[in-house]
Order: sequence, then structure tokens, then C-alpha cells
Amino acid sequence: MPWGEFKDTAAERRLFQRRVLVALVIMLGMIGILVARLYYLQILNHENFTTLSENNRVQVQPIAPPRGLIYDRNDVLLAENRPVFSVTVVPERVPDMDRTLAQLRQILDISDEDLERFHKRLGEYRRPYSPVPLSYDLNEKQIARMAVHRYELPGVEVEAELVRYYPYSEITSHALGYVGRINQEELRRLDPIDYAGTNYVGKSGVERFYEEALHGRVGYQHVETNARGRTLRVLEKENPVPGDDLRLHLDIRLQQKAYDLLSGRRGAIVAIEPKTGGILALASVPGFDANLFVTGISVDAYKALSESPDKPLFNRALRGQYPPGSTIKPMMAVAGLDSDNTTRDRTVWDPGYYQIDGKGRRYRDWKWGGHGWVDLDKAIAESCDTYFYDLGERMGVDTMSKYLDRFGFGKVTALDVSGAQPGLLPTREWKRGVKNQPWYPGDSVNMSIGQGYMLATPLQLATATAVLANHGKWQAPRMLKEAIGAESTEHVLPEDTHPDLVLKRDANWGYVADAMHSVVQGSHGTARRSGQGAPYDFAGKTGTAQVFSLAENERYDADEIRERLRDHALFIAFAPLEDPKIAVAVIVENGGGGSSTAAPLARQLIDAWLLDMNAGEPEKPVVADKKPAGETSDG
Amino acid sequence: MADRDFVRHMSGPSLHAPRGFLNRIHLDPILLVLLLILLVGGLFVLYSGGDSSIAIVESQIARIGVALVVMFVFAQLDPSVYRRWAPWLYGLGLIALIAVLLVGIGAKGAQRWLALPGLPRFQPSEFMKLAVPIMTAWYFSRHFLPPRMSRVMIALVIVFLPMILIVKQPDLGTALLVGLAGLFVVFFAGMSWKLLGAFFGMAGVAAPVMWFFVMRDYQKQRVLTLLDPESDPLGAGWNIIQSKTAIGSGGLMGKGWLQGTQSHLDFLPESHTDFIVAVLAEEFGFIGVTLLITLYFLIIARCLYIAVNAQDSFGRLVAGALTMTFFIYVFVNIGMVSGILPIVGVPLPMVSYGGTSIVTLMAAFGVMMSIHTHRRMISA
Repeated sequence: MPWGEFKDTAAERRLFQRRVLVALVIMLGMIGILVARLYYLQILNHENFTTLSENNRVQVQPIAPPRGLIYDRNDVLLAENRPVFSVTVVPERVPDMDRTLAQLRQILDISDEDLERFHKRLGEYRRPYSPVPLSYDLNEKQIARMAVHRYELPGVEVEAELVRYYPYSEITSHALGYVGRINQEELRRLDPIDYAGTNYVGKSGVERFYEEALHGRVGYQHVETNARGRTLRVLEKENPVPGDDLRLHLDIRLQQKAYDLLSGRRGAIVAIEPKTGGILALASVPGFDANLFVTGISVDAYKALSESPDKPLFNRALRGQYPPGSTIKPMMAVAGLDSDNTTRDRTVWDPGYYQIDGKGRRYRDWKWGGHGWVDLDKAIAESCDTYFYDLGERMGVDTMSKYLDRFGFGKVTALDVSGAQPGLLPTREWKRGVKNQPWYPGDSVNMSIGQGYMLATPLQLATATAVLANHGKWQAPRMLKEAIGAESTEHVLPEDTHPDLVLKRDANWGYVADAMHSVVQGSHGTARRSGQGAPYDFAGKTGTAQVFSLAENERYDADEIRERLRDHALFIAFAPLEDPKIAVAVIVENGGGGSSTAAPLARQLIDAWLLDMNAGEPEKPVVADKKPAGETSDG
Repeated sequence: MADRDFVRHMSGPSLHAPRGFLNRIHLDPILLVLLLILLVGGLFVLYSGGDSSIAIVESQIARIGVALVVMFVFAQLDPSVYRRWAPWLYGLGLIALIAVLLVGIGAKGAQRWLALPGLPRFQPSEFMKLAVPIMTAWYFSRHFLPPRMSRVMIALVIVFLPMILIVKQPDLGTALLVGLAGLFVVFFAGMSWKLLGAFFGMAGVAAPVMWFFVMRDYQKQRVLTLLDPESDPLGAGWNIIQSKTAIGSGGLMGKGWLQGTQSHLDFLPESHTDFIVAVLAEEFGFIGVTLLITLYFLIIARCLYIAVNAQDSFGRLVAGALTMTFFIYVFVNIGMVSGILPIVGVPLPMVSYGGTSIVTLMAAFGVMMSIHTHRRMISA
């Protein structure tokens, strides 16, 4: 202390005491603020925060039900669920993201595309400690490598998910359809509760139609989680109800055969068991690998598929609408006989063309010079156009439409396929409505040989063939043989309300069938080559559909145009003649004549079915080792 | 120091009346018991907040042991030692702070640590929490009180010089606490209310200046988040929301020891360090936190008693300023965890895990005990 200043100790002490008093008051005030704050949080708002804390802690997690499996009629698995492993990263737990990613790239060989997507997701808004997916569908080698290196990589997890797999990919793609990730629009449509844990939904085919049955019911578990979302314990659990397994009428061997027969061409084959309406084979070629669509197809691969001139994504069997051509003649014959517009004995002179009332435009027969005197049997066997021109003109559109409707034309009659097209069965009203024109007699002439306005899908042709084989007894085409699980087959399969076609004289069915038999096994039948040497009797009808539609603007490849402008080859058949087991429709796009291209395929398919696959016992052949575990009843 | 020698001569050892063993080894029994209750109780909360990790508790016990030794050593030194050494300690501290800026180490873009060969790593800014109030008290106690305007200005320079260096690190939170410790000395020294009012007026002007020119974005973010935590519930607001939820869900009685879901399920961040009071509030409820605050208040009250009864102005000013600083730690920590102050890195004194804070604080209590137990009894 410098000299000259006097220190008043008592005054200093008093000053200090006053200041301490002030400080004490201020401190008590501040403590009061703290206590008031705690009172506000802990007493006044206790319930709010208790709720918040509970919501934090307890999470209701949906448990996705395992999707029902799909079997063919012999219990061969067509659609199964496989565990797929993906790598996710929890950024909050990664100490050094760049290094971790570099390490992961070495271990897993991650593509640039995946990495870019990952960085995009990383930048998006998300809850702390939620995992960000990095790479999907690891192979076994990658899983093993991850298992080894996992402990060096905090925050990196391998997650498993059940994903649909189609072992017969291309072969069954159009018959089964496929599942894919739920998109925005479907998210709005689907029940948010039931689909809470589900990432996939049926997009087409059986997968789409039986979505409800295949999906099952969601389960729930109340779990205690920590802030990282990791489940610590399960407090309460309600198990999911697995989706129903489905057994289809489809026989994968026949399906494979149909697919192989068409390979290298574009076309479709549909085979139906007439007694049940069960679809034995539904092949549209070319097909595509449905597995690509399940986890999400890359843009390039999708572009390649959708822009291919062969249209592999197009389901020709269900959606391809073709003029039925001469394959319509047996149905016309049935209509003509039953409506008394012709008789078995009535003959028509065919000079090679037909004129309405003997004058005007000449409608040409396919055979130059004509068939001469033709009765109905010969008209079918040799596919005489003139006879049917005449018959069509006599029947008129109303009669033809009425009968063809009973054969299932002009509407979707299949019970359980999704996305089928109705074709086109023209009527007077249709033409008035769409074309604003009256129905001319010439339209009836064209319609009588399956040209003009009429369009039918391969499925419809096969269905109509089955009606012929069944003598008018209607069995709607269907995929599902039975549902194995909670729901009964009757419950999931829609009702069949289509009426039978009852003729005044039932014998006419046999007459037409015999005429179709002559097509393949008669001495002048148009498809007699295809019927040669068959150890069973069968019935068929050839057809050729003219290609109108392809535009002439593809000038750069003349050969290509010529090939693509060729007629479509059609053939329908059922076998054996007595007690038919299979009805088939074959269409080969731009295949030329039905007798030369389509009929041999049908013959081979029927051979395979009757001689190889159903030799001996007819119902349940060899393959029975892959019975599903949960199966209870044997149908 | 002549008059002090004179006083010593006048009093003489015979008037010195130690009241028992603890006083003889220069420990204040009341303060010691209160501190031990706080430390031991804190260990139980730490065990819970640290996810029942015995390793964390053991490491904290070791740290407490070191802190107790430091306190004991500091208590043995006569207050005159602190006074004599004050300028040197302060000067050393400034040099260390400059060294930190030049060669310091640290994380997240801030240099706070100094690693000198042969010495354990330490934070010079932590050291300054003691050195600045001691230096300021030394400066004031050389003259009569209340201080003249010019001396207040010099004292402010003493306070602001290290503050500026700490802000440069950057560590705004510690800089404010160091500054406050010095300002409390100025306040207790008897700075006139007019001047005080003018000072607060300047602070009011300085605040916006700080906001726009000094504060970093992350610091501004903390303030903004405090004003409306729900505006960013998963980002910066996450901590605040989760700690409020922990406190609020504790209710009156709490969920019970080790039963806090917020902390044990990792929703509460930093549950064993800065946010440990939320663990206490969740598990022991309003009653538990009120008891804790009462305990802190008792400690503060005892320290103020020591300050008032200190023998000279140096002791009074040091004890008063250190006590207020201690209170500010408590207030800021509980205030930020309960969501009325921005999140700054201030641990809960004596309870939070880790850091050098517990050692610094116990050193301060050692100084306090030294001031109290080295008194010479004078009648009058």
C-alpha cells in the first residue's frame, strides 16, 4: 500500500457487507427463477413431458407379414421370398464418413450410382440416428466380407429384408406378374395400417390380383427403443398373419414348353383345361426378367426393355388384340346352325369370291378359283371364306354378336387376371356410337371371317375354344386352383356369372368338333400336316390375321418392314376330341399362315401335355417333392 | 507490507484460537462437509447418467481425489502468498494464453489446450478463472476502497486482456466466465452504482455488436435455438427438447434412481457431463433438484460468510468473487439444461464428469479455506 493513502478498514468492511447483501438478494432472485422454471417443467407440465418421454421410449413397430408363396399345380414354387441384405449407415455414429466410405468401397465395391444416391439421401432431412441405405442386395461374398470388417466400421449395419424372387423369371413374368416397391400413388390407395411394414405390392398379374390374399395381415410389436432406434426389448407383440399361399392351375412344365416353342419369335400361347377353365399355360414371348422390377430396375435396363421393338413388357396373351381371322369360323358355324341360317346339308357355290346379292364388290376367298360346292364341314376343314361370307351376311351382326358374346368375346371374362383387354365384338350400336355410321351388310361379311372390326386376345380365343370343347358349358378362365391358408378358394376367387351356351340341338357341337377334326386330320384339312401321326384325335382351326396397323414410315429397313408387315399366324385347338383335356390358342406375330407356323406349335404343346405330362395318371404326376410346409388340405 | 506486519505483531499467536483439528490443518469443517455431500451425491447421479459405468465413476473418484489434494494444498498457503504471487500468476497466465494461440492444440476449430513438455496438458483459460479475480483483488487491495474511477479503468483492463485472448481461441463461454469473475471483484470493491449503471448500459450496446461482429454462427444458433427449440426439433433443438422432456417427466418425486428412460435410452445427450442435472431431475424429481439447489446455496452462504469475515480487503474480494463465480456456474448450467439460457459448455459444478473444472473449483475452495483459517483473532 503506497504511503499517503489512509485505509479505513471499518468503512471498507461495511461497504463490502452492503455489496454482499445486494449480491445475496440478486442470487436469491436468480435461484427463484431456476426453481420457478423447474416447478413449471416438473409440476405444471409434468403430464405433457411424461407423454413426450413415453412416446420417445416406446415405439409401435409394424411387423410385415411374409407374402404368400405361389405354386404351380404340381407344387413347384413359382414365387418365393428370399432374404436380401443391404448396407445402411447411421451417420451420427460414424466418426469419419470419408474414411468409412472409402473402406466400404474397398470391401463392397460400391457403384458410383449408389454412392451418389447415398450422398443425396445424406443431405436430406431425416431423424438423427436413422439409418441411411447405401447398397442393396449384397451377394454372399459381400455379406461375408462385411461380417469380418463390421467391427472396424461403427455405424455401418447390414439389414435383412424378405424380397420376392421368381425362379422362372422370364418364363412366368407375364403369367404371374411381379411385385415392386410401393410408389406414391399406391401409398395413397393402400391401407396405411396394413401396409405399415410392407415395402412391396403386386404390380401386375396374379401378384396384383391376389394382392389382398397374398399380403396377409400386419403384426405389431411395442418395443422400447433408444435414441438410435435400436430395439432394446419387446414389451408386447401381435404376430402378423402370413399371406395365403396360392396354387395355380399353371403347369410350369407346359408353361416352359410354350415359352420354348415361341422362342425367337413374338407371340403368345394360352392353354386352358376346358373342364375347369384353369389356365395351364399363359406365355407371352418375349418375356422379361421380373426379378429386375422387384427391387427397382435401373433406368438404362428399363429403357432397353421399353424401347425394344419386340416389346417384351407387352403381355400379348392378355392385352394383345388381334383380328381372330378364320379361327372364328367354328364359332360362326355353331351360330349359323343354331340360328337356323344354315344346315349341315346346305351347300354354297364358291367361285373364289362372294358378292352380296350377286353384285357389287367381290369379297375374295383365300383360294384362287374357289372351292366349288361347299358344305359346312368342308367350309371349316378347308377354311372356305365364301361360305362364311354368305353365312355372315345371312345371320347379320345381331345374331353373330349374340353368339360370340356367349363364347366370351368382347369382354374380360377371365376371373382373376389383371390387366386383360376386352378385345372388340362389334355391334350395330358400337358402330353407330364410335364411327357414327350404320352397320353395312359388308361389315357382316368381313366379320364372318374374323376380319373387319373384330378383335380378340389370345386368352379369349383359348376361352372360346374351351367352350367349343365343353359343348357350350361355360367355365371362366382362371389362374387360381386353390388358396392354401386362412381364406377359402371360393372366397378369394370371384364368382363366375357367365351363362352357358345351350344349343337347340346339342349334337351340333359334335358336328363342329368333327369338322375341326378334319382341319388337322382330314385329307384336305388346312392343318393336316400338323395332325399327321398324332396318336389321339384332336380338333383345330387355322387363322391368318392381316396386319393393317404398321405404318409405312419406317423406311430405313426394308427387310424389317416386310417381316413386320407379314400376317399374324393363328391356331386354335383342343384335344382329345372326346373328353378334351386341353384347349389351346396360339398366335405368332408376323408368322405368315396359321397352318404353317402356328399349328405345329399347338401340336407340339398338346403332344407334350397329353403324351409326356399326363401319360398314365391324369391328375397328379411326378413332381410332388416341394410341398409347402403350411399346407393343410389336399385338393 | 508494513502495516500488515504491524497487525501480525499486534495480534500474536496467543490470540489465534483454532477450534479443532480441521481448523488446525486449515480446512473449514462446514464447507468441507457440504462439499463432500455434494461430491458423493454427485457420484450416484453420475453412475446413473454415465449408463451405470463403474469405470466413469472410478475415474471421477480419482479426479475428486486429485481435487481434494489440490484444495488441501491451496488451503495451506497463507493468503499473503496469493497476494504476493498475484501479479506473477496473472502474467504467467497471459503468457500461457498467448502461447495457446500460437502453439496450442485443440479440437473442432478451437485451440484451448497447452501441452508443455514435462507437464500434464492443461487449459490456461481454466487457470485464469482463479488468476484474474486474485489479480484484480490484489490491485484493488493496494489502495483504499471504494476505488477511484481511474483505478476501475485499470482493473477493467486487467479483466479484459485475458478475456480477449480467450475469445480469440475461440471460447466465448469461458471468456465470459473469466470476465465475470474479475467483474465481481470490481463490484465487491465498491465500484459506484453510477459507474455500474453506465457499465450495464455499455453492455447493452455491446450485445448487438457482439452478435454481429464477434459471435460465430454456431453460437448465434444456440441463442436462436433457445428462443424457439421446436423450430429445429431434430437438429440444434434436439438437446433442449430432450433435456426438458427428461426434467418435466421427472415430476415431483422422479422416476427413481437408474430408472430415468430419457438418459438410459440415450435420448438425453451429454447425460453424464453438461446435462447431468437433467438426469437428477428425471430420477429424483422436483424434490431432488430443489435439494441440490439448496445444497449449492448452503455452500454459497458459507462462502459468503467466509468472505464477510475475511480479515482484509484482498481476502474479502477474492472470496466474494470466487463465490459469485461458483454461483454463476450453477445458474448457467441449470438454466441452460432447463431451457432458459443458451447451450454453452458449462458443466454442473462438482457433479459433471471430467474436465479440469472440478480441480479449479476445489482449488478455489482451497483459497477460500485458506482465507478463513489463516485469520488472526483480533478483538475490536
